[in-house]
Formats: sequence, C-alpha cells, structure tokens
Amino acid sequence: MAGSTHTLENLANREYEWGFVTDIEADQAPPGLSEDIIRLISHKKSEPGWLLEWRLRAFRRWLEMPEPAWSMVQHPPIDYQSIVYYSAPKQRKAPESLEEVDPELLRTYEKLGIPLLEQKRLAGVAVDAVFDSVSVATTFKQELEKHGIIFSSFSEAVQKHPDLVRRYLGSVVPYSDNKHACLNSAVFTDGSFVYVPKGVRCPMELSTYFRINAENTGQFERTLIVADERSYVSYLEGCTAPKRDDNQLHAAVVELVALDHAEIKYSTVQNWYPGDAEGRGGIYNFVTKRGKCLGKRSKISWTQVETGSAITWKYPSCILQGDDSIGEFYSVALTANRQQADTGTKMIHLGKRTRSTIVSKGISAGRGVNTYRGLVKIGPRADGSRNYSQCDSLLLGDKCAAHTFPYLEVKNPTATVEHEATTSKIGEDQLFFCQQRGISPEDAVSMIVNGFCKQVLRELPMEFAVEAQKLLGLSLEGSVG
Amino acid sequence: MNAPLLEIEDLHASAGGVEILHGIDLVVRAGEVHAVMGPNGSGKSTLAGVLAGKPSIEVTRGKVSYFGRNLLDLAPEERAREGIFLAFQYPVEIPGVSNMYFLKAALNAGRKHRGQEELDAIDFLTLVREKMELMQIDEKMMNRSINEGFSGGEKKRNEVLQMAVLEPRLAILDETDSGLDIDALRIVSNGVNALRSPDRSMIVITHYQRLLDYIVPDFVHVLASGRIIKSGGKELALELEERGYAWIEGAAGR
Repeated sequence: MAGSTHTLENLANREYEWGFVTDIEADQAPPGLSEDIIRLISHKKSEPGWLLEWRLRAFRRWLEMPEPAWSMVQHPPIDYQSIVYYSAPKQRKAPESLEEVDPELLRTYEKLGIPLLEQKRLAGVAVDAVFDSVSVATTFKQELEKHGIIFSSFSEAVQKHPDLVRRYLGSVVPYSDNKHACLNSAVFTDGSFVYVPKGVRCPMELSTYFRINAENTGQFERTLIVADERSYVSYLEGCTAPKRDDNQLHAAVVELVALDHAEIKYSTVQNWYPGDAEGRGGIYNFVTKRGKCLGKRSKISWTQVETGSAITWKYPSCILQGDDSIGEFYSVALTANRQQADTGTKMIHLGKRTRSTIVSKGISAGRGVNTYRGLVKIGPRADGSRNYSQCDSLLLGDKCAAHTFPYLEVKNPTATVEHEATTSKIGEDQLFFCQQRGISPEDAVSMIVNGFCKQVLRELPMEFAVEAQKLLGLSLEGSVG
Repeated sequence: MNAPLLEIEDLHASAGGVEILHGIDLVVRAGEVHAVMGPNGSGKSTLAGVLAGKPSIEVTRGKVSYFGRNLLDLAPEERAREGIFLAFQYPVEIPGVSNMYFLKAALNAGRKHRGQEELDAIDFLTLVREKMELMQIDEKMMNRSINEGFSGGEKKRNEVLQMAVLEPRLAILDETDSGLDIDALRIVSNGVNALRSPDRSMIVITHYQRLLDYIVPDFVHVLASGRIIKSGGKELALELEERGYAWIEGAAGR
C-alpha cells in the first residue's frame, strides 16, 4: 500500500517545467498603487479621458471594498503596495509584425510550446501573446480582417475601436463587482479584444497565451469578446509563469457578450506556477470571468482545465438573459502539493426556456484542497428553464480534501434543476487492477485521471486537449518502463 | 516430470496485521491445472493476492519462486508482464477508460517488456476480435468503460477475455464462477479451457465443485484456516461436494 501511495504523491508533486525566466529588459513602474500609478498606466497607453475616469472610479471603489472572505482559500493578506502594476518588455518601437518582435521573447514562447511563426504557418491558430502586461504580437490579423473580425490587444482596441470598447467594457462585470475585478478595472494594462461581426463564423480558433515573467509583477489583463448576431467564435487561453519564491497576483477580468443566435466557446488551460511542495511561491489566480447571453438563442460555453496556481479563485459564469439562451461550464481543477482551488460557476437564468449545464471534475492530490462552488439561479421570468449540474471529486492519497457547495435559488415553479455529485478515491483496487494487467502505476494513474476528466477534455479543441492531458500528468511520457 | 513453474514454500501472509496464511506449500508445474477449494475465510483470495502482489497483503515468512526467480521481489506490473494473470473475483470499474484502450495498453506493456514490437490498432483489433467471439463479447462492450455498468457475468467474461489476449504463463482464477448463471458459466469455462496448453498453468480458486465439471483440474487442494489440509486428484472435489468441508476439517484433526 505504501508503494502505490508513494507513487501517487510523486506524480502529484512533479516538478514545474515552465519555471524559466526570460532575460529581457523591462520598462517598469515603481511598485505600489496610487492614483498616480493609474494615471501613469493610462498615460503610457495614451488612453482617452473616459477610460482614465473609469479606472479612477474603480480605484476609489476598490479602496473601500473588503477582500472576499466567503471562499475556502486561505492566504496571508496581500500587500498591494509591493506589487509592480506596469511592466513592459523594452522595445525600440511597437512591433508592426512578428519579424520585429524581440527574438528572445519569441524563443520564450517557443519553449512554452507556442511557436508563433510555426503556428502562423501551420496550425491556423491566431495568437495574441501577452507578456507581462503588454501584448507582443498578434498573428493572423490580416486573415481575420478579411472577415471583418477584430482581434487585437486591448490597448490597440481602445485606440482603434473606442466606441465598441466603451459600449461593452464593464457591461458584464461592472468594476464594482468584487475586490479583484475592481483592482483589475483600475490597473489593467492589456489583454485581448475580439469582435466578430454579424453572421460571421470565425474561421480559426483565436488564442491568447499569457505569461508572467518579471518579478513582483501582477498581471491584470482584461479580455472582452463580443459576438454579434449569428456569429461564432472559439477562443483559447493558456497561461504559465516562471518559478518565484514570492506569490504573484493575477487578477484578470474576462467579459463575453453574445447577441442573438451568437455562440462563444471559451477554453482555458491554466498552468500558472503552483508554488513548491511546502507552499512557497506560486500565483494567486483571482479571476472574474463572466459571459452574458444578451441575445435570444445565444450560447456561451466555458471549458477550463486548471492545473496551476497556488490559489485559484474563479467562477466563469453565464447570465442567460436572452430567451432560449444556453450556458455551459465544463471544468477540471487539479490541486496538488499545497495548492488550493475554489472554483465553479454561476448560471443566472433570466430569460424564458434558458438552459444550463455544469460538469465539474475536481482532482485533489498531496495536500491540495479543491472546492466546487456553484450557484444556479432561476429568476421569476425564466419559465421552463432547466439546469443540470454534475460535480465529481477524485481524491489521490489521504491528505487532500474536496468540498462541494452547490447553491440553488429557484424563483420560478416551472423550472427543472438537477444536481448530481460524487466523490471517489483512486482506489488501491483500481491501481492494483491496472498493475496486474502489466500497466505501470504512473500510467495507471494517468489513465484513471484521464478517464475521470474525459467528459470535460472532449469539450476542448483538439490541440488544447492534448496539452491539457499533458498538464494533468496524463501523457505516457516520463513513465517508468 | 516438468520443471516447476511455481514453488510456494512455508508461505505466511497477513492483511491488516492479522495473519491469514499460516504456512502454504504448493508446487505447480507447466501445463497443470490446480484447483484450490475451501470455505469462506480460509485464505483462498489472500493466496491469489500474494501471487499477484496485492499491496495490502504482507508476506511475513516463506518463499515463492516463479521460474526459479524470487517472485516476491517483483512489482505487481512486473509479475504481470512476466506472465502472471489474476482474474479478479470483483473486477473493478474504471469510468471513462474504454475496455478496448485498456486492453491494448496492457498487451503492449507486456510485449514491450518481452522486447516484442507493440501492436498497432489494426493488428490489435484483429487479435482481439477472435477472442471476443470466443467470449461472446461484442464491440459495443469493448467501447464501454472498463466494467462500468457491466452485469456480473459480463465482468467475468471480460476477465477471461483479458486473459485470452494477454496469454499468461500462470493464470489464477479467483472465484471466477461466483455470480454466474449456467450459460455464463459455460462461456467462461469454454474460454478458460481453450487456453489450456502444455506450457500454461492455472490455479483455479473456487467454492463449488460445479465449476470443476467444466474446468477439470489435475489436482485439488483444500484450504482451511490458512493451510492446505488435503490434496488429491479431481475426485477429491466430488467427495468434498458430497461430504462438506466439515468432514475434511474434522479429518485433519481440528
């Protein structure tokens, strides 16, 4: 018994492979947060006055807001004054094309497995890479422009499409939503912006790869995706960070807006540095993600695979405002060592006959703590709405924990709400069964975990599913024998 | 006489700190089928567990050699790759992992170990189809998750299918007949009999003589309270059926 438990722990506590640091000179603001810093960020980005005003309103609100205290996560108080709120790789001028981007930067992305040039040529994935706070390259822009699709860094969108940005910024996640979203609204430095025009089906997966490089920097990116009537877009987001002993704060905001008959599919593979076995270092991933199905028969689907971060605090949610709109949430969250995750979703049914599906798979290993927290709210007007929730937890070893908090608020008697939950352990029996058939314990665990997550992984686009499996320690690489 | 394939000498083993096997001696030669019978709690499954390397069982004394090597030094997966197969009494379910995928991984793990080339999907399918027919298992069942939602009979047929594909040198069947109706029993037995060969040995653990009408053993051993108290030919099973375990336990002077 001791043998296989040991194996489980080894697997769960494997080394972080993406912990290298890129040596690039950065243009940094001094640490600390004040109205001056916000003015500096806004000035660096040559922002219009309304945006600066919005940031300052958010900042003033943030000063009064308490930290959210209702989740299961535990951490020492965050020293907001020690964080650098603006860090940009130094460059002579803004890159016009990929060829002008600092090769060191591109090599970093290659190490991460996202060679932009290669992808540009082969995969047909358009990538907007955010390095620390600034978007370094947006590939495939011209191809997308042919279809009228806007896919750019947030800063560029503010300059080129201020009306669209102004109309939708904060329309799904108001700056006052919560402490972390509020901070983001005040200090966000970049992110991605997508607009898909009426009737356009985006011909490729859009992808952003976030990476936190500089020490003591927070990453506060902001993503805004607007899918106009009858359009479709699939968006992928991946994240890594170098190994540091200090905790780094990542407080992002993602807003999605789907108009009539539009569909947005948003997939995340999050592999921020999780900290070491003793819980030193790692990213605090405090993210607010929300989509609004504004139009009738619109659909928003969140798929996330969360394997990194010291603490994950995120609840990608759907506001189902349009009649017959659909919200989906598929999640795999893995916590090992001393990682903590408090994650789940909110499905807010406002329109008639709105439907939502929640499939959450939590995997806890080592001393990891995994919490599912979900709210299904059916409003008084949401006649005939339906929700199905399934929350499964898998425990590896006996020092980890899993919690499930499903909240239901049903204000319409015609609604149907179903909830199923299971908790299981990777049994010694399952492991022994596989071993008895000649399969190594490492392969057996990855097989079992893979099987457990299958329902979620199959929602991911192909290339991403492969990466996700790797991150879950599921690939057969590095196995014994 | 053939060289021994398996030699068990004075085997003592415990589970959860309680000694269950109090000194087992058994020699199995190539091509032989040994039946191990005995009442509940006599240690039959513990014996099977020791041979397969079940982690929760601790060997406290004695020796087990397999082809002259110390079997107890090998990890469970190494034993499997060396040709030891255990058909489980209670086969586990593994949600989300298809039966077909699992079996291919198992087969290739063994082939790789033996320095053989791994089979690709097409060759594997050709091989497995033939065995599926033997065990009356259809493709639908192969594409389902391992044992998930399988009936008792389906689980046992699936075990024997795995055995047929993996072609072990020593197969241990732990109460493979339990929970089977007569038709399923016939299918399972046919499958097992098809695998009998001069260089494959079997240890068939069962409660009931019934199974031994189908799988006729060369030797029968009676296990009681962690010891083999009587050994004999296949007729011993019939005698047991008639007179019950109490008879033999009494005869052994207990």
